[in-house]
Amino acid sequence: MDFARHRLTIAFLALLALAAAAPMFLGVAKFPQWLEVALGGLLTGVLYSLVALGLVLIFKASGVFNFAQGAMVLFAALTLVRLAEKMPLALAIAVTLAIMIAMAWVIERVVLRPLVNQEGIVLFMATLGVAYFLDGFGQSLWGSDIYTLHVGMPKEPKIILESTFDGGVLVDMEDFVAAIIAAVLVAALALFFQKTATGRALRAVADDHQAAQSVGIPLNRIWVIVWSVAGLVALVAGIVWGSKLGVQFSISQVALKALPVVILGGFTSIPGAIVGGLIIGLGEKLSEVYLGPAFGGGIENWFAYVLALVFLLFRPEGLFGEKIIDRV
Amino acid sequence: MKREYRIKAAALALAVAGTLGVALDALAQSSKEIFVPVLVYRTGPYAPNGVPWANGFVDYLKLVNARDGGVNGVKIAYEECETGYATDRGVECYERLKSKHPVAYSPLSTGITYALTDKVFGDHIVLITAGYGRADSVDGAVFRWNFPMLGTYWDGADILVQHVKAKGSLKGKKIALVYHDSPYGKEPIPVLEELAKREGFELLKLPVTAPGVEQKATWLQIRQQRPDYVFVWGWGVMNSTALKEAIAVSYPRAQIYGVWWSAAEPDVVPAEMAAKGYNGLALGHSAEKTEPIHKDMIKYLYDKGQGTAANKSEIGSVLYNRGMLSAMLTVESIRAAQKKYGNRVVTGDEVRWGAEHLNIDAARIKALGVEGMMQPVHTSCADHGGVHAARIHTWDGSEWSYTSEMYTSETKYLAPLIKSSAEKYAAEKKLPIEDCGKAS
Amino acid sequence: MIYRETGQFKTTYASDSQLFPILQDRAFVIGALVFAFVAVPFLASDYLFRAILTPFLILALAALGLNILVGYCGQVSLGTGGFMAVGAYAAYNFAVRVPQLDLIVIFILAGLCAALVGVVFGIPSLRIKGFYLAVATLAAQFFIDWAFARIQWFTNDTPSGSVSAPPLSVLGHAIQGPVQKYLLVLSIVAVAALVARNLTRGAIGRSWMATRDMDVAAEVIGIRPLHAKLTAFAVSSFFVGMSGALWAFVYLGSWEPLAFDVNRSFQLLFMVIIGGLGSILGSFLGAAFIVILPLVLNQLPTALGIPLSTAMISHIEFMVFGALIVFFLIAEPRGLARLWAIGKEKLRLWPFPH
Repeated sequence: MDFARHRLTIAFLALLALAAAAPMFLGVAKFPQWLEVALGGLLTGVLYSLVALGLVLIFKASGVFNFAQGAMVLFAALTLVRLAEKMPLALAIAVTLAIMIAMAWVIERVVLRPLVNQEGIVLFMATLGVAYFLDGFGQSLWGSDIYTLHVGMPKEPKIILESTFDGGVLVDMEDFVAAIIAAVLVAALALFFQKTATGRALRAVADDHQAAQSVGIPLNRIWVIVWSVAGLVALVAGIVWGSKLGVQFSISQVALKALPVVILGGFTSIPGAIVGGLIIGLGEKLSEVYLGPAFGGGIENWFAYVLALVFLLFRPEGLFGEKIIDRV
Repeated sequence: MKREYRIKAAALALAVAGTLGVALDALAQSSKEIFVPVLVYRTGPYAPNGVPWANGFVDYLKLVNARDGGVNGVKIAYEECETGYATDRGVECYERLKSKHPVAYSPLSTGITYALTDKVFGDHIVLITAGYGRADSVDGAVFRWNFPMLGTYWDGADILVQHVKAKGSLKGKKIALVYHDSPYGKEPIPVLEELAKREGFELLKLPVTAPGVEQKATWLQIRQQRPDYVFVWGWGVMNSTALKEAIAVSYPRAQIYGVWWSAAEPDVVPAEMAAKGYNGLALGHSAEKTEPIHKDMIKYLYDKGQGTAANKSEIGSVLYNRGMLSAMLTVESIRAAQKKYGNRVVTGDEVRWGAEHLNIDAARIKALGVEGMMQPVHTSCADHGGVHAARIHTWDGSEWSYTSEMYTSETKYLAPLIKSSAEKYAAEKKLPIEDCGKAS
Repeated sequence: MIYRETGQFKTTYASDSQLFPILQDRAFVIGALVFAFVAVPFLASDYLFRAILTPFLILALAALGLNILVGYCGQVSLGTGGFMAVGAYAAYNFAVRVPQLDLIVIFILAGLCAALVGVVFGIPSLRIKGFYLAVATLAAQFFIDWAFARIQWFTNDTPSGSVSAPPLSVLGHAIQGPVQKYLLVLSIVAVAALVARNLTRGAIGRSWMATRDMDVAAEVIGIRPLHAKLTAFAVSSFFVGMSGALWAFVYLGSWEPLAFDVNRSFQLLFMVIIGGLGSILGSFLGAAFIVILPLVLNQLPTALGIPLSTAMISHIEFMVFGALIVFFLIAEPRGLARLWAIGKEKLRLWPFPH
């Protein structure tokens, strides 16, 4: 890492760390409470990253900013929870995965192929249309109620470090298990991209579409594969969020939170999605608990975006994103 | 070339469909039926709570037609309009259905109520906001067309404080209010602040941005501040999320009290047994399932396949009952109007008179089949609410049960607040203030 | 054949550079305006005014503003709802705190406030481009939503946060009833459209379009990017703010911050994309499409005699909406305005084949 070139980024991250620890320096918070909030924030951030992962995957491989990722998460969760009412959970997951792959195929044929050389904004709007369609389709098939998803996640919190700190530090076990699932998923994806032939082909397509085509990689099939993998990621995110919040319409709104994550991390970087998610989650919760009361509360909704915005001013392509080169 | 023809044909077809659709609107409305529009939301983040209410409301109207042949022989026509809890869609529904000469609206949204309050003055349509709406619209001298029957949020806030005060003096204690960041959630704040000053407790206000799925930070703050009680003023998915987050921070459920819109099955069932001990306000009724009215519903509607709810088990749930009672109050207002003006299709003005002179006593409650679910309602020009009582019910993991006496709100403290707020509104809108002593 | 411009000679510079140089165009626009001002008040029903024409005009104004930003200057913005809210609350505050002001003055001041806020949130556009800017404008949207919900001063300390507009009156004449409201909105929108058309025809419009097409090249030939982008944000937000004030005062009457949330921003972006980026007429066509579509979808099942629950109708609305957007983007990415232009091109030949 070239430290001189990235000095602005490093300065920004240092400033962030300082701001995060500030409540303790100012005496407003004691370490155990701060740790609770920080842990909660980090874990929530991982959940955002799960959604952001799908976004990054699709953008990397096809250059499309998939606004429908949130709707895909909702659709996957809805399908799973309704199927699970009729069949054992493992079978339901397999069937849902098959449905998500079929959906990926349909989207590629119907939406992406006709729009293949259009500008980015047009493709973005197309995914917005897909998002609306999926919202309506999912709810008309499966209904608009809140459905409880039983995947065996722990519901009661765990208090750790009770001996060291008075009152201990509360850790939300459900979020913790979700973070582990996310870590496993990222590791699996990393293995997939590095070790398998399809993974290599995906990386080739992400690098340069035309070069990949010229060595014989079938672009359309790769796009179906990418959207299917994104569908799998959406399913995992749907399981985790659905178990936490109950499967309902507002899950697709959570996807909006993935946008600042992707901005912070860079549109084309998987580690960026994780790191961005951690930063956003941490910043959000710390700001709401310690900064929020000064403003009357409710600031976490816009704080993530403002954080991403400020960061963009210094580094317009995100933490790990590719530098944008303008050609005249 | 072919593609362009296809596009042109599609565009032309759309344009024709558009004009047709707009023109076909407001088809002939039978002048022999009283029209009651139903503004509901069956989609969106508030649907889990909106659907049972809508089912209860529509079921009652259907029952009146099926069992009684209408109100004194005049049938009720109704039409649902989807608002999604959005103010502009509510206004659009209102305007569209106005051409069918409705007599009363129940918008099930405080935001939409605020928007429609301005319009009903000129349109002469009654707004029956049973258990929601503007708290100051109890003052009928200013709000001639609003009827917040059964209880307002100011009543609710006052009663909750009365209940927790009965457990021990509130001086020096801390109460947190987790509220939906909308007119609905903000409504109880003035009364709670007044009470905080009077009783000596600290009020901690924690707003939750709509739709309310992000509450981790809110409840982490509650864990740190350790309030003695938490009042939840949420709606839709915010309620179940609040309970889930409360469980995640191990805040004792027995210390959480929800307003009557935050204490129903869709809010506690997602958390199942872990929500045991959660309390809520019961607006006169709870989840009674076996009253005569429910038996009638099954006999006249569900056994004939005419019921609105997808599942018979929904009959008698908290929100279903509330929707039913809202419809009942509308029908009783129509009945009262007919008593004075004749057994025919009554107008908005006449139903307004009926709503203002409601006198549902214990005998009538029994005759309606809802004994034990409602307190006697007596409206007048000065009091458009009719009744200001509620009690507490608690969830034991599988059902609700009453855990307190019936409380009545303290009129002597609320009255000056209501009066000053209503007068401010009248001054802003340059409205005439009716003299209740002279009103007929 | 109908649309031929043969025989129309221009003998002065003024006539050559006029707004609608072709006689048929002029006739059509003047005819449409006369129809809208004179004939419609007598022909249309109350419901048509209240629920279709007035919201269509107000949203067309907002779409106009957004089109200037996205279509002419190429800066993607998802914060339009927030700017509408700024206009609405600014108008409310002026109306309540300085009641002597006339309504038109209040609307213009509201527009100016929105323009100011637009410039502030447009400053990042100097550094950020494309999708990144879109997400940055979301920051504006959510922040503005929060500010109006939290800061009591903006809502005149109403405890519920819901505010209502005072009775409307222009130059002492009270505006009551749907027809008068319609005429008020129509006049404002007609003037605004004229101003927008002239701006986009002029030097400033050309600087916007140059920035949109190739901003580096534009900078090289001497167009200041700061000037171009910030004026685009300012002008766009002025129109959007004014439309927000109109929406709140004339259509809703009483509103809360949730009336201008992110869904409104998406709705306006759809209008602009479907109507046609970079086209004044496109804003109107897109607005008409988006306003009428839900109503048609609502009425169609009952008109066709198919009984559907309101929930199902709502879901179908979403599905048809999404499908239509994708259809439009595939069939005609340059929007309805392009279809209109193609139609006019065909009229040059019709009824002859070539």
